[in-house]
Amino acid sequence: MTKRQKIISVILLALVYAAVFVMEQVIPAQAMLFTVLKKGAIYALVAVSMNLLNGFTGLFSLGQAGFMLIGAYVYGIFTIPTEMRTSVYQYFDGGVIQFTVPVLLAIVLAGVAAAIAAALIGFPALRLKSDYLAIATLGFAEILRAIFQWDKLGPVTNGSNLLRKFPTFNDFNITNADGDVVIYLSTLVPFLIVGVCIFLIVLLINSSYGRVFRAIRDDERAAEAMGVNLFAHKEISFVVSSFFAGIGGALLAMYQMTIQASAFKSAMTYEILLIVVIGGIGSVTGSCIGSFLFIAASEWWLRGLDSGTFLGITAPTIFRSGFRKVVFAVIIMVIVLFYRKGLMGDKEFSVARIAGRFRRLFRRRAPAEKGATK
Amino acid sequence: MSENVLRIENLTMRFGGVTAVDALSLDVNRGEIVALIGPNGAGKTTAFNCITGVYEQTDGKIRFLGKDIKRGTTPDKITKLGIARTFQNIRLFKSMTVFENVLVAKHMRTKQNVFSATLRFNRNEEKRVRRETEELLDKQGLLHLKDEVASNLPYGLQRHLEIARALATDPQIILLDEPAAGMNPQETQELAGFIQQIRDEYKLTVFIIEHHMDLIMQISDRIYVLDFGALIASGSPAEVQSNQRVIDAYLGVVEDA
Amino acid sequence: MQYVPYLLAGISVGGQYALIAIGYTMVYGILRLINFAHGDIFMAAGLMMIYLANPLTLWLAVPLVILFTAVLGFAVERAAYKPLRDAPRMSVMISAIGVSYLVQNVALYVTGGLAKTYPSLPWISDTITILGATTKRVTVITPVLTVVLIVGLVILIKKTKIGMAMRAVSRDFETSRLMGIKINTVISVTFLIGSLLAAVGSLLYFANYTAIVPTSGAMPGLKAFVAAVFGGIGSIPGAVIGAFLIGLSENIIKSGGSSWTTFSDAFTFVLLIIILAVKPTGLFGEKQTDKV
Repeated sequence: MTKRQKIISVILLALVYAAVFVMEQVIPAQAMLFTVLKKGAIYALVAVSMNLLNGFTGLFSLGQAGFMLIGAYVYGIFTIPTEMRTSVYQYFDGGVIQFTVPVLLAIVLAGVAAAIAAALIGFPALRLKSDYLAIATLGFAEILRAIFQWDKLGPVTNGSNLLRKFPTFNDFNITNADGDVVIYLSTLVPFLIVGVCIFLIVLLINSSYGRVFRAIRDDERAAEAMGVNLFAHKEISFVVSSFFAGIGGALLAMYQMTIQASAFKSAMTYEILLIVVIGGIGSVTGSCIGSFLFIAASEWWLRGLDSGTFLGITAPTIFRSGFRKVVFAVIIMVIVLFYRKGLMGDKEFSVARIAGRFRRLFRRRAPAEKGATK
Repeated sequence: MSENVLRIENLTMRFGGVTAVDALSLDVNRGEIVALIGPNGAGKTTAFNCITGVYEQTDGKIRFLGKDIKRGTTPDKITKLGIARTFQNIRLFKSMTVFENVLVAKHMRTKQNVFSATLRFNRNEEKRVRRETEELLDKQGLLHLKDEVASNLPYGLQRHLEIARALATDPQIILLDEPAAGMNPQETQELAGFIQQIRDEYKLTVFIIEHHMDLIMQISDRIYVLDFGALIASGSPAEVQSNQRVIDAYLGVVEDA
Repeated sequence: MQYVPYLLAGISVGGQYALIAIGYTMVYGILRLINFAHGDIFMAAGLMMIYLANPLTLWLAVPLVILFTAVLGFAVERAAYKPLRDAPRMSVMISAIGVSYLVQNVALYVTGGLAKTYPSLPWISDTITILGATTKRVTVITPVLTVVLIVGLVILIKKTKIGMAMRAVSRDFETSRLMGIKINTVISVTFLIGSLLAAVGSLLYFANYTAIVPTSGAMPGLKAFVAAVFGGIGSIPGAVIGAFLIGLSENIIKSGGSSWTTFSDAFTFVLLIIILAVKPTGLFGEKQTDKV
């Protein structure tokens, strides 16, 4: 990237953030747009973290939901205000943990906890051949789900009951003395957190370590012959990916306002994987764009398919609850089968590429126009 | 007598009931070009794989610079010791550029961890590695192809890049597994010169598996001949060429009725 | 003899897992593909039973369910896996996950998101008493039927021409292709057999449950896959032994009391991690060395 392209990219990003901030002040907070923006940002982070593993390191791991679960729980456990604990942990005498930590610290802790879990899991799992890794990580996610629902751990995890009353995105809004919101930040702050996280992942991918990850993906044996300790580097990729999945889990908890272990099923991992596929395996920007499209389509644009009328066609017998997801799944299968590269392939969306495309477009058009005037 | 670099004693490798390498012993000394030849399936590549840690040998010792390499040492550690290799069927990082392919080989000798690398705490280290890589590519005449994706290179250049990449690991000895496979006579001739050149320039020791006899006879100081996993002859090119057992092994011998 | 009901249930569930596990192990043996959709096909068989048992008599519904499930398995292979025959393995696995997602969502749509009551099958669901324990007849039928079907399958694989082709393809896909074995036929037959057995397994499995939801197939599917890995993927006797072992152990854990029930599912995966760490090829798997 040249210096100029770098500056343009930074300006574009700043504009995106400014737009989010402005929209938040002028558009009512209940608008579907913010659902898409918040959830889309969270899924973008988790999808990018999964892409780091599946796309850049070539490890087919399906443990994402498990690490998000850890992140969500750690966040909830350490942030529920102490005075609320008796009502939240009503079956467990208010639980054993009777202190809280600041929200941002809790988010980091969520990532750290997920990273530690990943480090432990990595020892047996990363020595396996790639497809066994998929099933082993899926299995680990299931074990985690069972452990967090175990009633013997209830004093910490609240067993199979909901965790709630912890700070959410709305607590980022700035209110006046009467409790009215003066400045809305409930979308901008998660955007900022996700932005910083993805930026760090990009820095890693572009570092010497990122190169080694891609070398492992391309040819493990050759990487090993270049002095690359396979296990150590796979472990790094796995731990980093899980760290950010944990943060994603904490953000998801803040977005959903409640946490329940039973929600973090393998279906969640599958959805994230499909986002990665839609965006393009091996493309960070692809995962981000894929995520917003996925969330917008499933939560917003295709909603009519579930409620009788879609694109002006009213057919309540067909367009009933669940049809949206069927259409959606079909679209995904079409992408998987016929557009295997997804939106971006393994390329990145960048100013330079767009500029190049425009230049080519004009160069092609110029002689054509000449021909027309002749 | 010059210093011993690689010494193999009684190396044996069995897969199930098949003995691929049978009590192989050999020496490679500093600055030599030593060849390991033999008919297809004689166990040459298996021997290479044992030396480089891809396989764990069933029995026998491998000594490098006078020190035992423990059984079960992983390939990356062996590379770090100073044993580099290329592969029979080229194994480049296909989706990466020529420059990146070589950079990966430099990774193990950089002084940075995942945090300092991600947060760019030590930019000089990355700069140094990039400079060294450019120098290496320049010396190899590959610098103009720096940003070319490896899989787009023509076959001969892919071979060349694989050797350049192996050199980037700062080896004492380089193991070349059929570097001339698929090359025409002219390319093979160039390769011969190239191997001698890197030996002199990098003060390397070369251990080579090859089927092109012209190449072997031209550049090797000594030759070991393997048949059915066992050593059947060794010596200078002239000695090996006139050895009856070697001729039989290559031509196949008709059992007397 | 407080353990008798748990042991009986364990053997019964084990047999049902075995019938699903065979589908996984055969497909993996031939395509090196974890067929993530197999558990959902098993669930779909259950749903078909619900929708067919009502208008039809049971004795007509059962063979139709088995037939339709086999056809579904066949269709999934043709539509979602065959086009990717030469694609990277990861693509095929992603496609399998996509199919799983699709089947579950179609089921969600068809059922309207409501749990559907599974029909009570006469005779099979009748209550009987063995060794002082009360149980359904299906508990006893399952292991017997499982063994009969597996013996039949083994004979098919050992004695018939298609069986020989299947063994050849699982040994060496490319060479078999070059030798003129009709790869696609072999793969189709594999999916037909796997889905057929899953349908039988589904009839037996859901007889113990009152209702089905779209995700009902996920957990038994995963467990059956673990059974296949445990026994050594590709090996049919291995899958069967693994399945019985998992069925028994999860029911023994359940006998420990309610707080352990949570762990009966998780234990399967603990078992998976242990076997993969200790003997990655499974009990009966063969060691493979990769070519360099």
